[in-house]
Amino acid sequence: MALLTRAVRRPSTLATLWRSTVGKKAVMAVSGLVMLLYLVFHMLGNLKVFFGPGDLNGYAHWLRTLGEPLLHYGWFLWLARVVLLAAVVAHAVAAYQLSRRDAAARPQKYVHRRQRTSYATRTMRWGGVILGLFIVWHILDLTTLTVNPRGEEGHPYQNIVASFSTWYGGGIYCLAMLALGLHVRHGFWSAAQTLGANNPRRDRALKLTANATALLLTAGFLSVPVAVMTGVVR
Amino acid sequence: MNLTLRIWRQSGPDAPGAMTEYHVSGISPDMSFLEMLDTLNEELILRGDQPVAFDHDCREGICGACGMVINGQAHGPERTTTCQLHMRHFADGDTIDVEPWRAGAFPVVRDLVVDRSAFDRIIGSGGYITAPTGSAPEAHATPVPKDAADLAFEHAECIGCGACVAACPNGSAMLFTAAKVVHLNVLPQGAPERAGRARAMVEAMDAEGFGGCTNTGECATACPKGIPLTGISVLNREYLRGLR
Repeated sequence: MALLTRAVRRPSTLATLWRSTVGKKAVMAVSGLVMLLYLVFHMLGNLKVFFGPGDLNGYAHWLRTLGEPLLHYGWFLWLARVVLLAAVVAHAVAAYQLSRRDAAARPQKYVHRRQRTSYATRTMRWGGVILGLFIVWHILDLTTLTVNPRGEEGHPYQNIVASFSTWYGGGIYCLAMLALGLHVRHGFWSAAQTLGANNPRRDRALKLTANATALLLTAGFLSVPVAVMTGVVR
Repeated sequence: MNLTLRIWRQSGPDAPGAMTEYHVSGISPDMSFLEMLDTLNEELILRGDQPVAFDHDCREGICGACGMVINGQAHGPERTTTCQLHMRHFADGDTIDVEPWRAGAFPVVRDLVVDRSAFDRIIGSGGYITAPTGSAPEAHATPVPKDAADLAFEHAECIGCGACVAACPNGSAMLFTAAKVVHLNVLPQGAPERAGRARAMVEAMDAEGFGGCTNTGECATACPKGIPLTGISVLNREYLRGLR
């Protein structure tokens, strides 16, 4: 007779992670950090607009030739897009499921309500939805060029100027970047807390880093439409 | 002091409840909030009404039995337990809203009394160390580094009152669970069960229907014992570490 010495078989780590609230938040933290890392490079790349059409269009072309000859033309961009899409989907699905759970955890609301938590914290959920909608608009505007007033492939500089010259193109972008700043402000610190990187000594530094990152990112992104609308970039 | 109270009255777990208005007079500013409710209850009993049910025990701020949401704040405007909240923090003529802890995992038993046995089940899943009980162990047998002792003690102060859950917009029990996990996981006595503790306790916490943490910090602000918000980060770390 076989002895009962077999170790208990547990479900896979990934399944356990996704089933628990803490694990799902870790997924949100990692996917959020992936997107934040991308945004930093995206913002820095955008600043090339200040060096003229040659620089920016050349940079955009280089992004497509990146990784050659190992990668085919444009493959690097597609790889980045796949990773980002996975990150967005994981982030949004986890956020939706956690939000549903959070709402269910307090079936009866308090009669006496007071304003709690900071603005950035309160607007994480709807701010995230706004950012999701903006991403769709942004891709239609400057990637597929479907709604771009100029829409000339291979000339991102001219398309950017054309888009930001319209009141709605610049307006939507500016509002979304403010939402992004708020989201990153709470999100970055939150991610550190969720991944267990926070402690009492580091708390202040992490909050400062989160605020600085959010501020620099927003300022960098906003500088382009502001420059177009004020005629600095044309 | 003369006060108007609006208190949640609910005769049983499945009965409908409502905010009911009462007037109390002759309240001394030196009374605790619970003594003020005692005064109201005496009047209600004399009138032949049902007294307001609320949990309380030591009335010294160390047992964690009492707790109610006063004007939308768990344990009221001061950072202490309801029994240690004094009426001097209110003004004559104030209207005060009193509600029970609100969370799906804390069903109302009656009036301001909620069933917090969900916390007991979280503790039962890992909030202990496995050691033979009996006579006290030799104090020097297990040296504990000072830092670890301080950190453990800071988190061991949790009295399990549930204010963190009541204050959290998501009804999350993360601060409570974090307090227990940090307390035991940083001590050598808790080391043998360290890997599984956070995981078991988080699983138990999720199973009770508590919400998730969105790092709003409301829990640590409401906590009468000052359990730090960074404790939740340690819980997250211990949980992820335990999965490896």
